[in-house]
Amino acid sequence: MAVAVAVTGKNGLETGTAAPFKKGYKMDKKTIFFSEVKRFFKFILQEMKPRGKMLTPFNIISLPIMFVGFILLILRFVKGLGYATNLSQEFPWGFWIGFDVITGVAFAGGAYVITFVVYVMKVEKYHPIVKVTVLNGLLAYMFYAGALVLDLGKPWNIFNPIIGNSFGYNSVLFLVAWHFLLYMATEFLEFSPTIAQWLGWEKMQKILKSLTVGAVIFGITLSILHQSGLGALFLMAKSKIHPLWYSEFIPVFFFVSSIFAGLSMVIFEGTITHRVFKDKIDSKHHAAFDEIIFGLAKGAAITMFVYYFFKALVFIHGGQWSYLSDSWGIWYLFEVIGLVLIPCFMFAYGAKNRSLGIIRTAAILTMIGVILNRLNFSIITFNWNIPATYYPSWIEIIITLMIIFTEIWVFRWVVSRMPVFED
Amino acid sequence: MDRRNFLKVTGGIAASLAATGLQAKEKQNDEEFVGVLTDTTRCIGCRACEKACGEAHDLLVPDVENDNALDNLRTPSEKQWTVVNRYETDVGEVFVKQQCMHCWQPACTAACLTNAMLKTKEGPVIWREGKCIGCRYCMASCPFNIPKYEYGSWNPKVQKCNMCYDRLQQGKKPACVEACPTGALMFGSKRELMEIARVRIYNHPDKYVHKIYGEHEVGGTGWLYISGAPFEQIGFRTDLGTTPYPEYTKEFLYAVPLIFFGAPALLSGLHFLTKKDEDSEE
Repeated sequence: MAVAVAVTGKNGLETGTAAPFKKGYKMDKKTIFFSEVKRFFKFILQEMKPRGKMLTPFNIISLPIMFVGFILLILRFVKGLGYATNLSQEFPWGFWIGFDVITGVAFAGGAYVITFVVYVMKVEKYHPIVKVTVLNGLLAYMFYAGALVLDLGKPWNIFNPIIGNSFGYNSVLFLVAWHFLLYMATEFLEFSPTIAQWLGWEKMQKILKSLTVGAVIFGITLSILHQSGLGALFLMAKSKIHPLWYSEFIPVFFFVSSIFAGLSMVIFEGTITHRVFKDKIDSKHHAAFDEIIFGLAKGAAITMFVYYFFKALVFIHGGQWSYLSDSWGIWYLFEVIGLVLIPCFMFAYGAKNRSLGIIRTAAILTMIGVILNRLNFSIITFNWNIPATYYPSWIEIIITLMIIFTEIWVFRWVVSRMPVFED
Repeated sequence: MDRRNFLKVTGGIAASLAATGLQAKEKQNDEEFVGVLTDTTRCIGCRACEKACGEAHDLLVPDVENDNALDNLRTPSEKQWTVVNRYETDVGEVFVKQQCMHCWQPACTAACLTNAMLKTKEGPVIWREGKCIGCRYCMASCPFNIPKYEYGSWNPKVQKCNMCYDRLQQGKKPACVEACPTGALMFGSKRELMEIARVRIYNHPDKYVHKIYGEHEVGGTGWLYISGAPFEQIGFRTDLGTTPYPEYTKEFLYAVPLIFFGAPALLSGLHFLTKKDEDSEE
């Protein structure tokens, strides 16, 4: 179907009104330009129309939540953060930062890992998933890193650190904010050839494609820095985060865990995509996809082991045995052994014995582990030493769901129209 | 913040002041940070400082006669930049005033990505509304949990003591210091205040614990405390260490240029190395 869509789209462009202008008639440039613009908007309008069934279970669940979420979002800006969130003087960062932004960006790490493997190392095996992974990364940054804006008290001042009237060079957040912005631009550039192909702009597609490797290299660099930078944000919360989690190596942990967080997400999301969009993916790729998953599982296993090893090293070197005796210690072991070491072995076992089931389970366990890890820094062990606690309000959860559902809607819209699953 | 960083941060502002700015920059070298010394042995818990602060900054002016606020432990809030608490200690009842410590190298200013939080050249740490984007990283970073947020407002402010920066520029003392009837608060340069604190401890070695809180804590603070009771008993964290908080992120920030230039070099190198192999195979 995707092929069919692309073909009719292209035909519409090439054989429609445009064809007579190409040869023969010498129209003046202005007329050609306007008719091209008209044709462009007609095409976009046509593509905006919904396709497929409207009454799917996903639509029935997501639409009301998105609607309520949108209204709550307006109320949040009218009435202030206190109305919508359970944030307090003790907990300045809550679910929106801890889950949407910090966890969401970790899961978007798949894009820089896969682009590295495909464009820098040139492992052709992973080529079939590179476009969809980049699209996922781009949308994740737009929606989850973008969720940062909802959490800002004065979002209208957001350009202050960008346009240069107030550069806080010493701030880790200054770096992270800039990198979010630049990375969104590079991911857009990486994805842009697919958009050009969809629009039938062949020349443009070639030009944009030639920029891909540069964008990829810049994008990987930015990713290393802002994935670790998100961890570095917590370096100054030394007096607030439980010592089992706090160490001077938080940035390293955040970076390394973003690799297997991203890989797990690619496995998880790929499994779903291959079921839902079955008809858009040709059979050759279906067969190749299992091999890709085994490869990704191996990659996840080795990075998780390195992560675990370093975590153990920091633990032993820090002499933190005494902290293991209370419930924080159990919580720590649950995260590090239950949701890192065990899925690490499961990935290795699944890859060796070619068991997709074990790999998928491992991917889900790893993702839960990454979510807990990021929440442990931002919410759960934050302020462990004072009585105040924080849990998200229902409004924070609804707005988060709205963001996730909107992202899935946009993803579905794009893959139903653009040649994301083609080579 | 050391002098050099300090020049960098203030540089932008100084430059906009043209000639006068340049003069100010040169003068900085012999200017000392100011601070306040709180002698808790002299505090009687009258809370005149709370009242004066509320009046000076258009914040909540507490009804100190009737509100029985001393019955509970309080923290500064978005409505009150300073509060006095009563503690039962080994040496009896002790009153302690709490407010921003005005660190020498503050975590909040290192956290701020817009320089909305600013360590002024005079010493007070101030917040500037026009710059703030409301990310609350200052709150997450402050080891003393001082910046407070107006969560109830659509246009929220960060609220914290600014050592009456405006009054200082008019040559006045901070409102709380001026209101204090017992001399428990004293305003001056940190050097002078340290001397006074040491003299008091030296002259009354049995009355005071032999520690000046703020001398070394988190790299030194502008607000200093001396006390008759151990500081752990009067609501102070004594486990914060002596490292200035910006130091904790410094190593990461130093690594940034290494990766920012090193990684593209390595990656493009890898790209061309693998490319060559591919071509020769063909």
